[in-house]
Amino acid sequence: MNLTLKIWRQTDAVDKGKIHTYAISGISQDMSFLEMLDVLNEQLNEQGEEPVAFDSDCREGICGMCSLMINGEPHGPEVTTTCQLHMRSFNDGDTITIEPWRSGAFPVVKDLVVDRSAFDRIIQSGGYISANTGSAPEANSVPVPRDNAVRAFNVATCIGCGACVAACPNGSASLFLGAKITHLGELPQGQPERWSRVVDMTAQHDHEGFGGCTNIGECAAACPKEIPLDVISQLNKDLRTAMRHGH
Amino acid sequence: MANPVTTPGSKRPTLVDGARASRTSIALKLLMALSGLAFVGFVLGHMYGNLKAFSGHDAFNEYAYHLKELGEPMLPHMGFIWIMRGGLLLALIIHVACAIELTRRARKARPVQYVVKKHTGAIPASRLMRWGGLTLFLFIVWHLVNFTFGKVNVETGETGDAAGDPYNLLVDTFDVWWMTLIYLVAMAMLGAHLHHGVWSSMQTLGLTGTAEARARVKTISFALAIVIAGGFSLVPIAVLTGLID
Amino acid sequence: MTDMPDTTLTSDRSHDEPSPGQYDDAAGYYTLGEPIADTKAPAGDIADRWQTRKFEARLVNPANRRKLSIIIVGTGLAGGAAAATLGEAGYNVKSFCYQDSPRRAHSIAAQGGINAAKNYKEDGDSTHRLFYDTVKGGDYRSRESNVYRLAEVSTNIIDQCVAQGVPFAREYGGLLDNRSFGGVQVSRTFYARGQTGQQLLIGAYQAMERQVKLGTVTEYTRHEMLEVIVADGQARGIIARDMVTGEIETHLADVVVLASGGYGNVFYLSTNAMGSNVTAAWRAHRKGAYMANPCYTQIHPTCIPVSGDHQSKLTLMSESLRNDGRIWVPKKAEDCGKDPRDIPEEDRDYYLERIYPSFGNLVPRDIASRQAKNMCDEGRGVGPMVGDFRRGVYLDFKDAIARLGKDAIEEKYDNLLDMYERITGENPYEVPMRIYPAVHYVMGGLWVDYDLQSTIKGLFVTGEANFSDHGANRLGASALMQGLADGYFVLPHTIRDYLADGPFPEIGEDHPAVVEARADVEGRIEKFLSINGNRSVDSFHRELGHIMWEYCGMERTAEGLRKAIDMIRELKREFWSDLKVLGTADSLNQSLEKAGRVADFIELGELMCIDALNRRESCGGHFRGESQTEDGEALRHDDEFAYVAAWEWGGQDGTPILHKEELVYTAIEMKQRSYK
Ligand SMILES: Cc1cc2nc3c(=O)[nH]c(=O)nc-3n(C[C@H](O)[C@H](O)[C@H](O)COP(=O)(O)OP(=O)(O)OC[C@H]3O[C@@H](n4cnc5c(N)ncnc54)[C@H](O)[C@@H]3O)c2cc1C
Ligand code: HEM
Ligand code: HEM
Ligand code: SF4
Ligand code: F3S
Ligand code: FES
Repeated sequence: MNLTLKIWRQTDAVDKGKIHTYAISGISQDMSFLEMLDVLNEQLNEQGEEPVAFDSDCREGICGMCSLMINGEPHGPEVTTTCQLHMRSFNDGDTITIEPWRSGAFPVVKDLVVDRSAFDRIIQSGGYISANTGSAPEANSVPVPRDNAVRAFNVATCIGCGACVAACPNGSASLFLGAKITHLGELPQGQPERWSRVVDMTAQHDHEGFGGCTNIGECAAACPKEIPLDVISQLNKDLRTAMRHGH
Repeated sequence: MANPVTTPGSKRPTLVDGARASRTSIALKLLMALSGLAFVGFVLGHMYGNLKAFSGHDAFNEYAYHLKELGEPMLPHMGFIWIMRGGLLLALIIHVACAIELTRRARKARPVQYVVKKHTGAIPASRLMRWGGLTLFLFIVWHLVNFTFGKVNVETGETGDAAGDPYNLLVDTFDVWWMTLIYLVAMAMLGAHLHHGVWSSMQTLGLTGTAEARARVKTISFALAIVIAGGFSLVPIAVLTGLID
Repeated sequence: MTDMPDTTLTSDRSHDEPSPGQYDDAAGYYTLGEPIADTKAPAGDIADRWQTRKFEARLVNPANRRKLSIIIVGTGLAGGAAAATLGEAGYNVKSFCYQDSPRRAHSIAAQGGINAAKNYKEDGDSTHRLFYDTVKGGDYRSRESNVYRLAEVSTNIIDQCVAQGVPFAREYGGLLDNRSFGGVQVSRTFYARGQTGQQLLIGAYQAMERQVKLGTVTEYTRHEMLEVIVADGQARGIIARDMVTGEIETHLADVVVLASGGYGNVFYLSTNAMGSNVTAAWRAHRKGAYMANPCYTQIHPTCIPVSGDHQSKLTLMSESLRNDGRIWVPKKAEDCGKDPRDIPEEDRDYYLERIYPSFGNLVPRDIASRQAKNMCDEGRGVGPMVGDFRRGVYLDFKDAIARLGKDAIEEKYDNLLDMYERITGENPYEVPMRIYPAVHYVMGGLWVDYDLQSTIKGLFVTGEANFSDHGANRLGASALMQGLADGYFVLPHTIRDYLADGPFPEIGEDHPAVVEARADVEGRIEKFLSINGNRSVDSFHRELGHIMWEYCGMERTAEGLRKAIDMIRELKREFWSDLKVLGTADSLNQSLEKAGRVADFIELGELMCIDALNRRESCGGHFRGESQTEDGEALRHDDEFAYVAAWEWGGQDGTPILHKEELVYTAIEMKQRSYK
């Protein structure tokens, strides 16, 4: 396959950055998208141009490190992560535009790499169950109804990639936030901190500069782990309930 | 640090400075949803009233008059109307203020735009909300000048109490083709606003926790949008086409 | 399972085997040093040792803990759990990882599950049985006391994780579910669908983030540790590079913990994350920490085969697929290019079922991997030609689909089969899947004593980075157990004994050890950028990987290993003279990061080959061609090799020094494994 790549290049956080165009050939359908970029980088290195910086680590769709806006869609045209996207999703002769996540809360570090530490700070502000090591009761002393356990698991699969933010026209991280709130709120262990958690985490979310959700739904469509929109409903409901509990 | 000593009832410790449920973006959304729903209630009633135009001059005017007397003698003359106006004004202020704040935050949340951006998963109406809102706002201003405060009869050029007969004012207005057009455009926008807005308010209230509930609410909001936008449009169209005169 | 009798009988050997001690294959490549012993493990009954050690380890007054600082490199299960626990205890913790968030450590990728001797199924499991299975699975090359402790704390891990909200699979009654995993006969594996590692890591990460907010843990993400500071005989800090600004930072503390994961990426292609590296451990090794059993590598049989030269990593398919899938290759080499659906039943060789009738497709990982390689070496591999031959065997669900129905298979393995289809573009419900072994885990690592302390005082090592618990082969679902055991329950106790002597005298940035470490790091970076040769870092890494896979992979021979050592030495020379790294030191520079890692992998590769050469026996994942039974099975030599090979850095131009730690079994009897 021969392709034209339009890639956002930006030397550091202060640089203004712009799109560069590269032609690349000899790409196989079996390559993953990131392997295609590896080939580009080898080529650039050879020509004496600094390779394109992009994030990836596990390359099997679970760490959430990879993050590219491909032709206007986070992680590209399939419902998966960039590292699991393969070139057979594209056609010979295609032009592919590659940009970093765009969010004020995710400043660009370099080229296609962004800083997502805002997500860590949201977790720090309550995205956990306080259980000091050694203080835990016997694991089976608290049964969890299977439906709750399944729902908790389904939303706990969030990989913290930030595609939801990248997709949302409001730059909101509500899907990420809702996933965590739902995961912990669904379990008996998560009840004691349930109301303070939702308030603190939402406050931190706003504080980081993420936008407010207006229920557009692009986030769920972009989520590689198919976290459903009902976590945002749950988030809203929990916040409303927290208000009633005086938070 | 981990567990500051607090007595029950004292101010709760928060992990995030000044975290209050009522100060979050979700609270803004809740206000947006509640004020929006108040509007929905109003427009439903209003539409019902407008459709009285099909029953003729007297029925419609009587209805308009009746509104002014609603609640008498518990309320003074025009009492209900003023209470409603107060409520609507409050809702409007809240709705617009929250809309502006949310828009401001959204702008800040994405300072640099994408070169290419697709909108997978969004219905067009959802991304029209802000333009739709603006259109509706302008519409409401004109609409009040037209029918309530200015009573501008574009056809006859009369204004104020001179155009005092609501039914005649209505018919005269929609006999002008471009007035009808303005209204129809506004109603299209209203339809779009409601198509997303009704679903959105349910989601904001946390009433769409399952995939089925979401599908149901989406259908309802689409139906409501059609009914309201369609219902309102009937009168202007009927006037223009001479069904009502 | 039938166990063969003790191997100490020499009659057991094939006729051309030399008698013990006859060969010293690695002569000339190493120097023999003093034997070492693990002096921290208490004597006495194995079941009491950990309790004794916990009691004897001195306590640190809570008021003093704030004054004691701990550096933890790594935020995987081992590092994240330790940071959370030590933070809760009130120490002053600094945590480092090279990813942009601690939540992305490679533990996140573990799929299958985590073992614990809860005996919820009442199927005969117990601490002792988990202990026994682990030692046996490790082919009697692990340290008894450590493994017993691991089995003992395993149950606490599950309690802890459940309390944190880890959504383990449950039964309809709401209680925890278990499955049997990796060929053991009891159900002791706890799991969260195919994402157990992710859920466990997020639990540890959240606990750690809580401490960050409370101020006990400070996290440094996108920071790569490049050197350890050893001042006056004690590990006192690290030099790290801020990968965004390029700044070289000095971090000082009372104690340093390495939880930096495994080094499987020395093979270039592995199931490890792109950034997994040996740098943290290797830098410590060069400063005096011994490297133990570096050649022990686990090769996982069910990975998606390589599809071409561009391949950057291999993807693991959960081992559970072997429960229902049948593994085969064509009987005739000329059928290998055909569509598998056109090959009739009688022309298929279900070789595992044929060779190991009692275990069949469920033989342990090392056996399944080696047999797959044998089939391909015989020219009966399937799939596309990669290089000169086909690397792949079929894993066929046809019979399972016929027996259980497509829906049942879909429900059981759905996301795995989807993943396969996404990567290969083939539909596994219709065409048999292709699998091939890939490097997955390393049992080798920095040598530690029972307290998890390395040979550098004050340098503790946990998780996959140490060598401690799995011997020559790791059982499925035991790495997660070990990481969390180390992090939550072992290290916090043993480290306090060390810290009871602290706080140690303050050292400043001007301490000679600090100055030297900084200068080393800066010099290296400077060097990488100034070589200005012709070859990219990746090209060197790829070449190293080829050498390692070819000669130090599934089967090793003395001849091949010697050849590999020569090739690696040549590669090293070329690396330092022909490397090309563009960009600058003071910005995000991914080529520069890789250069540092590959430089260390090259040195490690050489040591791995020497270790493999020295160990003239087949044990666990280490198969030496010269040491097999008549029918080609692994043959251990307990009389000669029942020791841990702990290697000391012999200097830039010297040879590594081998220290042997004798393995003594008191609670278990050594037996030869047999899965026939
Ligand atoms: C695909 C796959 C599947 C697996 N499945 C299972 C399973 O089902 N069951 C099981 O028990 N085991 C499984 N394992 C093995 C198990 O996941 C690992 O052995 C274990 O998670 C290792 O944990 P760790 O904490 O030691 O290291 P990791 O989780 O690898 O963490 C390493 C940490 O060190 C940091 N680091 C490394 N180098 C540096 C440096 N130089 N500077 C700064 N930071 C550094 C990294 O940032 C990271 O935070 C699997 C492994 C793989 C690869
Ligand atoms: C005065 C003019 C108006 C403006 C500026 C305005 C603007 C907005 C905006 C910006 C939103 C939020 C965007 C979103 O949620 O996607 C919104 C939501 C909404 N609006 Fe309006 N609107 C106006 C009038 C109306 C009217 C007349 C109605 C009803 C008849 C209405 C009903 C709603 C509803 C139900 C919502 C959804 C609330 C939620 O998301 O929870 N609005 N409006
Ligand atoms: C085609 C559609 C519409 C027609 C024909 C129509 C007609 C009228 C008429 C005749 C009145 C005057 C009633 C009176 O003075 O007694 C009126 C008032 C009003 N209309 Fe409408 N209207 C329409 C749509 C709307 C919409 C969509 C809104 C809101 C979004 C709206 C909001 C109002 C308000 C707020 C008043 C003033 C009520 C009061 O306080 O007296 N109208 N309308
Ligand atoms: S919710 Fe989905 S898109 Fe958002 S961070 Fe989690 S996995 Fe990524
Ligand atoms: S796209 Fe954005 S507006 Fe809400 S529903 Fe998703 S966060
Ligand atoms: S690189 Fe880990 S999810 Fe893509």
